Amino acid sequence: MTILVDKTTKVIVQGITGREGHFHTKAMLDYGTAILAGTTPGKSGQEVEGIPVFDSVVEAKKQFPEINASIIFVPARFAADATYEALDAGLKVVSLITEHIPVHDEMRFVELARRQGSYIVGPNTPGIITPGQCKLGIMPAHVFKPGRVGLISRSGTLTYEVAASLTEAGFGQSTALGIGGDPIVGMSFVDALKLFEADEGTDATVLIGEIGGSAEEAAATFIKKHISKPVIAYIAGRTAPKGKRMGHAGAIVSGQTGTADGKIKALRNAGATVIDRPIDVDEALQKIL
Amino acid sequence: MRLFEYEAKEAFRKVGLPLPPSGLASTAQEAAKITGDLACPVVIKAQILAGGRGKAGGIKFADTPEAARETAAEILKMTIHDHQVRRVLIEQRLEIKQEIYLGITIDRSKRKPVAICSAMGGVDIEQVAEKYPEKIARALIDPILGLRDFEARQLAKNAGFEGKTILQVAGLLLRLWQVFIENDAELTEINPLIVTPDGKFIAADARLNVDDNSLFRHQALLERVGAGISEKTKLEQQAHELGMTYVELEGNIGIIGNGAGLVMATMDAVKYYGGAPANFLDVGGGATADRMCNALEIVLSHPDVEAVFINILGGITRCDEMARGIIDAQKTLPRDVPIVIRMIGTREKEGAEILAAAKIPFLNSMDAAAKRVVEQVTKRE
Repeated sequence: MTILVDKTTKVIVQGITGREGHFHTKAMLDYGTAILAGTTPGKSGQEVEGIPVFDSVVEAKKQFPEINASIIFVPARFAADATYEALDAGLKVVSLITEHIPVHDEMRFVELARRQGSYIVGPNTPGIITPGQCKLGIMPAHVFKPGRVGLISRSGTLTYEVAASLTEAGFGQSTALGIGGDPIVGMSFVDALKLFEADEGTDATVLIGEIGGSAEEAAATFIKKHISKPVIAYIAGRTAPKGKRMGHAGAIVSGQTGTADGKIKALRNAGATVIDRPIDVDEALQKIL
Repeated sequence: MRLFEYEAKEAFRKVGLPLPPSGLASTAQEAAKITGDLACPVVIKAQILAGGRGKAGGIKFADTPEAARETAAEILKMTIHDHQVRRVLIEQRLEIKQEIYLGITIDRSKRKPVAICSAMGGVDIEQVAEKYPEKIARALIDPILGLRDFEARQLAKNAGFEGKTILQVAGLLLRLWQVFIENDAELTEINPLIVTPDGKFIAADARLNVDDNSLFRHQALLERVGAGISEKTKLEQQAHELGMTYVELEGNIGIIGNGAGLVMATMDAVKYYGGAPANFLDVGGGATADRMCNALEIVLSHPDVEAVFINILGGITRCDEMARGIIDAQKTLPRDVPIVIRMIGTREKEGAEILAAAKIPFLNSMDAAAKRVVEQVTKRE
């Protein structure tokens, strides 16, 4: 059991002929992800790594009606349009890798996805991986192993850092996903916690947050009320000053909102184990499981 | 990015928000001439990309063109919070009956725009929110439908306005919404919106922050940033042009890593062992040797840096590329400071061979590396 994606997931790659799209199509195929089609407007009839290219998602779906998930590598200024296209075709999971999408566009497609009950993972995310089954993302696959720990994060490389320590300590992952580093993202910590709580294949969840916004505080409130499985949390950016964006568009402390201390306090109050260093994750899990 | 007050006001003027008669001056002579054309007294305001200019003496009044010349000359010589004043905005001084706050920003947790209205304007709205939360009315806006007239009227009413004033305030809110949308704003505010004794509404101050990611559809702003005029420091701007994110901090340990979250965690690890980060530098995903070389140059341009911690976790970034970049940089670096490297992930073996050939040590654990770099700095002290 897993969340969002598994071996039955049938994937379309939007922006498949671009440099990133092509490179990661190969990597995902090597991992065993079932990619059926790709799109790049104006390039139908071509092939990438043996995968047929279509002009649009709808046309690909005519030939492969079983497609139910998309991964988007389209450049920022065209990414909102690509997302609308995926939602319009009724896809339930959209992994939106692209960084630097204008925030007004993000608010609109996130609202649209909410209305139709689709999940947008991202934007500005490494994607989702269910180890051993499906990789709908750009993460280095070798640091992930199948197992029973759920992993959710706002950061890419920090996810790999924690996944690597988990794997090394013998804790595999049920599913790992990045919710994205932007101020506005589709799927939230709360959405993911809800899915992991319901998933029989997950025993505990590791949550990697960072400064900015109040997604971690919202997660804390939700954990207190609705989550029975253990949650271990790490918050990056304790040393970040106010008012400065730390790389991710969403990582900024504004006024009293978004501080690491506030998030840590909220999560501790909710009963989560908050660790000081990523390396402490193994010990924390060993105590709990 | 933050816009100058006069730029924000240009955006306001385009949608018909009422503004005081004004002129922009970059010399004292221009200031005197503009003041002569306006009705005195006037207010002279420093145009900088930072807050707190009033307290720093960047806002002053003048009763005659001659006084305006002197005052403008003074302000144009000032540097406020590291921002040199290059222009002043001169506006006719208004008589004030009431000060109102109107603003639109993004509610991150609700993932929607939010309009805010308060009859207590002219002061810091966050303080009002803390002390008198009941004096602030908010309305979430559907990002697909936009702010609708009836919502704007209800918001004005919730803020305590009555009768015809409801319609006037709602009209201004709708125009502010237009500013928000047309400029891809993260935040736009009128604080204060002044009501004059004869009942006119005038936007005395204007704030507009535009989403950096939307600049491709705002050519004029893109050109201004391209010309080096932004709130970023010189090194921050230089890094940005090279495709990296650099933020200056107060400590003495330079930090370089790939990925924003990892770099933040690296800073925190340094702090955990008693060190102080001098900067945040994210080389970004899939960085090349050249970029690593540039990153080291930028970090070492900061005179406070006494040691550097490079933390590479190879995913789409390759360790061999990073190792090559470090070696290239060491050939040309102006200063010799200890560099502690942590490197794991994609092409780690190749990267290790490159570093070993150059006799540069590296570690596998972020934690051990953080400890070591802090020791290097304390040893020197």
